Amino acid sequence: MIRILRQIFRTGIVTEPLPASAEDEIKLVGTKLEETIRKRFSRSLTIRQVDAGSCNGCELEIHAINNAYYNCERFGIHFTASPRFADMLLVTGPVTHNMEIALRRTYNATPPPKLVVAVGDCGCNGGIFGESYASLGGIDKVIPVNIVIPGCPPTPIALLNGILKAVS
Amino acid sequence: MSMLVDALTSALRTDVIFDKVQYPSSVICCTVPQEKFSEAAKVLKMAYALLAAEWASDETLFGRGFSVFACYRWGKEYLIVRAELSADNPEFPTLTKRYLPAYRFERQIQSLMGIKPEGHPDMRPWIKFEDWPQDVFPLRKTFDASKPMLRVKGEYQWARADGEGVYEIPVGPVHAGIIEPGHFRFQAVGEMVVNLEERLGYVHKGIEKKFESLSWNEGVRLAGRVSGDTTVAHSIAYSIAVESMTGCILSERAHWLRALFLERERLANHLGDIGAICNDAAFAFMLYQLSRLRELLLRTNHKLFGHRFIMDRVVPGGVTVDLDDQGKKDILSELDIVSRDFEKLIVIYDETPSLEDRVIDTGILKPKRARELCVVGIVARASGMNLDCRLFNPFPPYDQHDRLELAVPVKVTGDVNARVWIRIEEIRESIRLIRYILENIPGGPISTDMRMPEPDSAGFSAVEGWRGEIIYWLQAGPKGEINRCMVRDPSSVNWLGLERAITGNIVPDFPLCNKSFNQSYSGHDL
Ligand code: SF4
Repeated sequence: MIRILRQIFRTGIVTEPLPASAEDEIKLVGTKLEETIRKRFSRSLTIRQVDAGSCNGCELEIHAINNAYYNCERFGIHFTASPRFADMLLVTGPVTHNMEIALRRTYNATPPPKLVVAVGDCGCNGGIFGESYASLGGIDKVIPVNIVIPGCPPTPIALLNGILKAVS
Repeated sequence: MSMLVDALTSALRTDVIFDKVQYPSSVICCTVPQEKFSEAAKVLKMAYALLAAEWASDETLFGRGFSVFACYRWGKEYLIVRAELSADNPEFPTLTKRYLPAYRFERQIQSLMGIKPEGHPDMRPWIKFEDWPQDVFPLRKTFDASKPMLRVKGEYQWARADGEGVYEIPVGPVHAGIIEPGHFRFQAVGEMVVNLEERLGYVHKGIEKKFESLSWNEGVRLAGRVSGDTTVAHSIAYSIAVESMTGCILSERAHWLRALFLERERLANHLGDIGAICNDAAFAFMLYQLSRLRELLLRTNHKLFGHRFIMDRVVPGGVTVDLDDQGKKDILSELDIVSRDFEKLIVIYDETPSLEDRVIDTGILKPKRARELCVVGIVARASGMNLDCRLFNPFPPYDQHDRLELAVPVKVTGDVNARVWIRIEEIRESIRLIRYILENIPGGPISTDMRMPEPDSAGFSAVEGWRGEIIYWLQAGPKGEINRCMVRDPSSVNWLGLERAITGNIVPDFPLCNKSFNQSYSGHDL
């Protein structure tokens, strides 16, 4: 236990020692995000992430916005296990033929008003996988999309920015 | 001569014909008559070979029918056995009686290529869902991949378990966390899992078919997106296969830079994995600490190579980014922080009894089982199998054993804890390797021009990604285009291992076991 505590104290809050530019960027986006979320979502924005066929690259970066550096919880963003509690669906990947029905169901299970954010080049337009027998292309081919976040995969900052854009 | 070739030729004699168009020359491909395909497997099994992959290719553009291939591995050797099949009624004798992984390989061949494995005990489709039209075989040349598919009615037949108190828990495809989709169905009695059946294929994006419409140079971008967390290893594997077909000789520096990228990828993923495993055992402290270290690596990647996962930086003929002296310094000082903190955290991992209680003896994959299932990579090494392509089928620069020495950890307990320790030791080894690479990297250009492959030639590669052995097999068509690109991600075999490891465990331990395997859905479903 002593070791754990020591490690925690020694590590401190890593949000501090960021390189100046990145820190500014996170703060900038973060403050705006926090404000908007406070106003419009009474301080808490709940996101359900859905992988509709991605290569897992986008998921890794979505994970990253939860790490101590970006720490998206401090802006009031958190991820939920059920679409029934979600204000926003964060959807990655080209929609595959095999995931289409599951994606529609998840969308229908989310209570309105719901925001849909398509993540990654694949989420925008199918990316390198395009449209084929197995891939239907971008998320908007299947459910209505409010905002897209391009990038392959989009960086954590781009993700935070995109979420901000969606809630403003 | 090689052991496997000896065994095969002494048993089948004149029936074995050696192929001249398989590259690199160290990988031998031989053709046997269709009816001897399974006999060859029997012979090779007796010679202790493991089945590494099995796939089919549509060769109608060459004026032939189909071919089915099985790739065997024994120690340092790879041997590909091929059988030619007729165009109108392609079928071959199943290998399932000899090799368990053939179960899924052959269901996949049947589903996507429409070739019947004669005598296969389980003919349910795999990856192809029940709502695909029956006669759709995407990997056939006659199939038009550009059009969307219709849906038909149909239902998947699940394995059933009956008896008093047996109940079923379906999970997925959309899971509770930020992970890829797949469906798991448990049969349980009380808390104990009696049987787990996986159903995968949700993220099938038609990657193998897509390759056939790309040029050789474009193909590497797609290879880098087969599984986003393994982008470096997949693009290296694809590139090596192409280079072997064209006789392209890379500069030493390009090889060493690739190894640098590969080890950094291993490092970042292993760090994230150990954190996530501990998190699933309700020890979130490790997740936050280790993802902090992981983030440091990704940032350095971004700064030096322009991409956090080093995507698209490996291309046929070499790499696209170089490393300067400042970059070396950046990596070295980053590694100092990472390795210092990592060692402290490992002491905590090792000394926390509540964690120990969860990870030890959980999700055991016994060495005997692991061998039967022919699993690869970290999963194999945690279950007593001494496998690592960097050592046993060394691709450059790992073939310079005298310079780039490598220690491969092996454990025999096969539980979650063993899979964690394999990762811990590999992290240490990767840090050591990266330091060595930085110190000794030779000078020179970072890429070489490459000509295009000859028609009807084939290239093979096996690369040790962080999950394990990745295999690519490429075939050039009559005009020198890509006729077939077979990708065998380590997950294609290791998923079977998870089904076995979970039996007899309690349901709440499933996330923990699953994380300790951490297989790719995308790489499996392709
Ligand atoms: S955008 Fe890129 S990282 Fe994201 S799913 Fe598509 S290929 Fe993968």
